[in-house]
Amino acid sequence: MPKLRVDGKEIETKQGTTLLQGCLDNDIYIPNLCFLESMEDPSASCRMCFVEIEGEKQPITSCTVNVKDDMVVKTDTPAVRQLQRTALRLLLSVHHVDCKHCPANKKCELQRIAKFLKVGLKPKGLERYLQETEIDRNHPFINHYPNRCVLCGKCVHICRRQHGQSVWTFAQRGFDTVISAYGEAGASSLTCGKCDACVKICPVGALTFKDVQEDG
Amino acid sequence: MNPGKNEKIDQKFSAILEAAERRRKAFTETPVPKIHIGMATCGIASGALETKKAFEEILAERNVEAIIHPVGCIGHCYAEPVVIIDHPDSGFPPIFYPEVTAGKAQMLVKLFLGEGDPRFEHILGATMENDLIPSLMEFPRFNQEKRVVMEKCGHINPEDIYDYIAEGGYSTLAKVLQLSPDEIINEVEHSGLRGRGGAGFPTGRKWKLARNTVAQEKIVICNADEGDPGAYMDRTILESNPHQVIEGMAICAYAVGAHKAVVYVRSEYPLAVNIVTKAIGQAEELGLLGKGILGSGFDLEIDVFQGSGAFVCGEETALIRSIEGYRGMPRHRPPYPVQKGLWNTPTIINNVKTLASVPPILDNGAAWYRDIGTENSPGTAIFSIVGNVVHAGLVEIPMGVSLRSLIFDICGGIPNKKKFKAVQIGGPSGGCLNEDFLDTPIDFDSLTEAGAMMGSGGMVVMDEDTCMVEVARYFLDFTQKESCGKCTFCRIGTYHLLKILQRLTKGEGLDGDLELLETLSRDIKAGSLCGLGKTAPNPVLTSLKYFREEYEAHVKEKRCPALMCRALTAFYFDLDLCARGCDACATCCPVDAVFTTSNRKKGVDQELCVKCGECLVACPPEYDAVRKVSPPNLVPFIEKIPDKKEEGR
Repeated sequence: MPKLRVDGKEIETKQGTTLLQGCLDNDIYIPNLCFLESMEDPSASCRMCFVEIEGEKQPITSCTVNVKDDMVVKTDTPAVRQLQRTALRLLLSVHHVDCKHCPANKKCELQRIAKFLKVGLKPKGLERYLQETEIDRNHPFINHYPNRCVLCGKCVHICRRQHGQSVWTFAQRGFDTVISAYGEAGASSLTCGKCDACVKICPVGALTFKDVQEDG
Repeated sequence: MNPGKNEKIDQKFSAILEAAERRRKAFTETPVPKIHIGMATCGIASGALETKKAFEEILAERNVEAIIHPVGCIGHCYAEPVVIIDHPDSGFPPIFYPEVTAGKAQMLVKLFLGEGDPRFEHILGATMENDLIPSLMEFPRFNQEKRVVMEKCGHINPEDIYDYIAEGGYSTLAKVLQLSPDEIINEVEHSGLRGRGGAGFPTGRKWKLARNTVAQEKIVICNADEGDPGAYMDRTILESNPHQVIEGMAICAYAVGAHKAVVYVRSEYPLAVNIVTKAIGQAEELGLLGKGILGSGFDLEIDVFQGSGAFVCGEETALIRSIEGYRGMPRHRPPYPVQKGLWNTPTIINNVKTLASVPPILDNGAAWYRDIGTENSPGTAIFSIVGNVVHAGLVEIPMGVSLRSLIFDICGGIPNKKKFKAVQIGGPSGGCLNEDFLDTPIDFDSLTEAGAMMGSGGMVVMDEDTCMVEVARYFLDFTQKESCGKCTFCRIGTYHLLKILQRLTKGEGLDGDLELLETLSRDIKAGSLCGLGKTAPNPVLTSLKYFREEYEAHVKEKRCPALMCRALTAFYFDLDLCARGCDACATCCPVDAVFTTSNRKKGVDQELCVKCGECLVACPPEYDAVRKVSPPNLVPFIEKIPDKKEEGR
């Protein structure tokens, strides 16, 4: 079992695990949104889980590094926090902050990370740019809220794992990227309605069942 | 694969070479005039197809015998359509004619081919030393270039493999198939060749990594997904000399132990796709590709894959995803493609120019290549130079040449007596450098140090009338649109950068915007997943660094010093200069914004004016009364007499 030093603390982790998982297993929290232990190739897209590793010049995402014996890691340096705060602010700048009416209120990962990083949910400096579509009702059972979504891709991943293929997929490009079900055709062949994996795994309440009150 | 002397290979190749030389001899020795026309995309865009048709028609009409020899691009875009006429009986050497329109083509057939008069006023130069016509080699644009990759471009017919072979093509492949892969890789490593895709990773080391990866199958990919706005080196090479790239791919595949290769070329390059596909077919027919190449035990199959034009697919992991049929989104490296690439097979990805450099290197030896260029960046650099420069086009120069010499000597400097302001190197990922950097040598490390980068070789020269804020906005608009949307920094961060730059160019900049631009840019560079995001802020950071006062003028004074940003400029007529009764400006104004004052001079209705600048062009030079100012409130008030007719209604 590899032993490493994180923030001055000696920890022991499973062999072959990622640094992020190793830290989380040892109750060292590193903000993250898109990481799932079961993923073969972590997508490393949320750019939250930065740490500094001795010997590396720049902060590096801990989900893309495997633990090694004698690794010396710092999770709380100014450079790390700077990147994490900017990433969070960027995500919040396209997020419809309306926690009171959001089903994820109090269990929302964004809230948790904002509290952890001491960043206000309405960050100053950046303009807010929201998408026109508040609710995407294309899926027969599930509503998608693009202005809540952080595009972590967990729903895409979990659906593919449960059903061999995914109802959800990334659509559009660049700033316009959204999660989409492309209507009922894709969904009807799957057991949607019984399975709630995507709704459950969403860290921010961007997916809700239609019978849940729509605005909240 | 049996490294060592293999006579079978030599025999097979000399049979092919003999056929090529026979054809070449017949072509050069015939007294019939030869008309070489540059028929790459650049030539065609300038009318080379019409020129060719005109030649064919007039030759048939006047019953003149001549051979039309379509060739690729010679690199002199400013002179397209380019024609070289070789008329041995006239006593003149082969002559280079620039800008040969259909009319000029007819005239040249009548007068030069018909009467032996080469029409001196239309000549740029002769392609060889002689006593009659100045040689092209006397011009800096020709004699300061050093052609390694583009040596044969513009001289051979890209659609005829024998043309390439007659110029020494494929002889390197025949030679290296008798060497061991390690010998080849060592030679490439010793040559110091660095990847020409932009990052400059040592090619030999990449090949060695691929060679040492143990796998059943390996794949070689030629990256021709050239996406930088204003860059067209890869396209031109594929269109002008595809076989040199194919030969380089075959050598690379043999060296690393691959039997499959892919040319990844964007579908927006239809001519390049056609030409390279045809070239692969011809090479297969001659046994230079396919099973048991030249009788050796080495097999290689090359496919062409057409990319759909996403800029990010030039990034190697996104390129691989797109071949696999997924969204072109990059993934984290490592694992590098050399370990786990296309279809999880070890994959080596090299740029077109890198692969095209390989045959000359192995032909002439590593030491020869090291002699060109600088110590850490041996060889040549190919730039597509565009913008405010007299002789735009493709230039291949030895590394280490200064920017000044490239822009002012080789490319003829800035047109219209304007002053040089900035040069953007490396496309949207590169940086804008000011005149302090003109003496910077062009090589990988010096450019990176200056905050720009070699990139794939796009170079935009800008004169004093260019607003750097607008330039940064333009590039960010591009990268922002081309972001794949996967990672937070690039997806949302570049959007914010663009929005801030947009408001600066509109005069809506806020206090703190410049600081915000800087911190955001730095974080996007440090935090993004792939090279696109990591380099996207470079135009902003470098222009902020070297042209900060220009940004400040936009924020604080709402002024555009270069008079480029429309919202921050206005036109008016200097009434002391404006001529009574002249209507030049009024007649050309597309929105009727020009009105006549009480003393029959002109004024601009600022509400209606769209700032197209037509009046500035139309105003006769003897008056020169149109003034452009920034900020717009500098415009003097000129009273508009209410239109009587309108009033009456």
